[in-house]
Amino acid sequence: MGNKVFKYGDNVDTDVILPARYLALYRHEDLAAHCMEDIDASFASTVRSGDLIVGGENFGCGSSREHAPTAIKASGISCVIAASFARIFYRNAINIGLPILESPAAAREIQAGDHIQVDLKTGEIKNLTQNKSYFSGGFPPFIQKMIDAGGLLSYLENTKSKRG
Amino acid sequence: MGMTMTQKIFAKHCGRESVAAGELVNARLDLVMGSDVTTPIAIQEMEKHHLNSVFNPEKIVLVMDHFAPNKDIQAAKNCALVRKFAQKMGIRNFYDGGHMGIEHALLPEQGFVAPGELIIGADSHTCTYGALGAFSTGIGSTDMAAGMYAGKNWFKVPSAIRVNLTGKFRPFVSGKDVILHLIGLIGVDGARYQSIEFSGDALPFVSIDDRFTVCNMAIEAGAKNGIFPVDEVTKEYLSGRVSRDYEPVYADEDAEYSRVVEIELSKLEPLVAAPHLPSNVNAAANYAGLHIDQVVIGCCTNGHISDLRQAAQILRGKHVASHVRCIIIPATPQIYLQAMQEGLLECFVRAGATVSMPTCGPCNGGHVGVLADGERCVSTTNRNFVGRMGTKDSEIYLASPAVAAASALSGVIAIPSEV
Repeated sequence: MGNKVFKYGDNVDTDVILPARYLALYRHEDLAAHCMEDIDASFASTVRSGDLIVGGENFGCGSSREHAPTAIKASGISCVIAASFARIFYRNAINIGLPILESPAAAREIQAGDHIQVDLKTGEIKNLTQNKSYFSGGFPPFIQKMIDAGGLLSYLENTKSKRG
Repeated sequence: MGMTMTQKIFAKHCGRESVAAGELVNARLDLVMGSDVTTPIAIQEMEKHHLNSVFNPEKIVLVMDHFAPNKDIQAAKNCALVRKFAQKMGIRNFYDGGHMGIEHALLPEQGFVAPGELIIGADSHTCTYGALGAFSTGIGSTDMAAGMYAGKNWFKVPSAIRVNLTGKFRPFVSGKDVILHLIGLIGVDGARYQSIEFSGDALPFVSIDDRFTVCNMAIEAGAKNGIFPVDEVTKEYLSGRVSRDYEPVYADEDAEYSRVVEIELSKLEPLVAAPHLPSNVNAAANYAGLHIDQVVIGCCTNGHISDLRQAAQILRGKHVASHVRCIIIPATPQIYLQAMQEGLLECFVRAGATVSMPTCGPCNGGHVGVLADGERCVSTTNRNFVGRMGTKDSEIYLASPAVAAASALSGVIAIPSEV
């Protein structure tokens, strides 16, 4: 049994992912409580651990606020799949360890409520509801190393202790 | 293969002769910036990972501008946390209180930005500094933490779009109209992961304030950075602000661009971006007569002295429509003082506008002008996303200071030449 999908369109911006009126907050559970509030008011109350978000082009455009991917991760979302990601959101997600996969075909064909299984090692996205599979290209080796370390600062911390 | 301006800056900052688009590089940072909203998370993350030092306190700038002067208790706690961190790390470039200005106007003004430098800031509009021929880009709090600690960070070398500017502006048309036109043309992801490099024979007629406005909104086309070549206009601005040596970079003649966009300035008219995307651009004339409740003139996009002069030219001797709340926000204390000396602030107050202290304020719905359901604002800020300035049922029309001022007088969206 895979996990459930919340589906949104193109250009989902960081202001709807985590509205600026909550930017003074930074505790993860506080951010999760307001996640997606201005695009999907019922998201925070219906999302369950392991669920996925599927977006269109340019997901996460706008502000550099890390509060946005942090809110998504703290909501229990296991992976965000999109046709493409805005660049700051892409960096932030990798840096904080929120799994993201780029796949225009998956983003187009997966429907809200579909059950999905993702294999982050191989980049395979399995749609159990529609019985279809997609492959996302994966990451360059350096970025994969950072992801494996648990994010940018864990990577730096490890390098530091090796040095030290 | 030749290099773009941006690629040359990357090559220099990773000790290489040349770099190519798509390469991942670890580059040296000349400056790291953070605000009261993004720095607390960076501090928290550094502590969590036992990164207890910064690479160079002189190359870090912290600006308490978003929810400051502290708008509520949480904002006050955030600023207090950053202040303590600055003291502990010996970071002298900590701006709050009467020294605080909106970061993207303040850093260039105070000489923190020089041509050829490589700068990251934990705010998406950090791309503003490309106006001075630097590479600068917005990043998140974790990248800021890594930058503060290591003085380096990883980047993917971007490809570039070239935008060729020709001709001269008509009256009441400015940098804001150039960038709105460009975003309307290429879309909010038209330059995703790319640089936008400006060139053309119009450059001598494009003021430094217009260049700040143009580069500021490069991110609204998804760009990594926007950048202008260094010329006499740049040098005049830098004189008296930057005393250290700097090395301007210029694109090679055979630099590769994925696309070249031509913009003839004399063909531009006053534009607006209608809700809810900055790419939803049309002639302001198309919306003339649309009822408005609020006008905001200021922000990192349009809070410079020439923006205020443009607004004053239209507001002088007249009065803002009685139902409109017109909020004017000089971006820095120096701009505030200059506006005061030039009589602009008096002109604004007599016209029935509110003059605010420097702050990001209403731009992201923080404070100083938040919108209620059904309210409509003409704003010189940079984003008109759903809920950006208040409730999700409010609307923002992005425009130049001239269109904003004309609309404030009329109480409806209006064309500057017609008020």
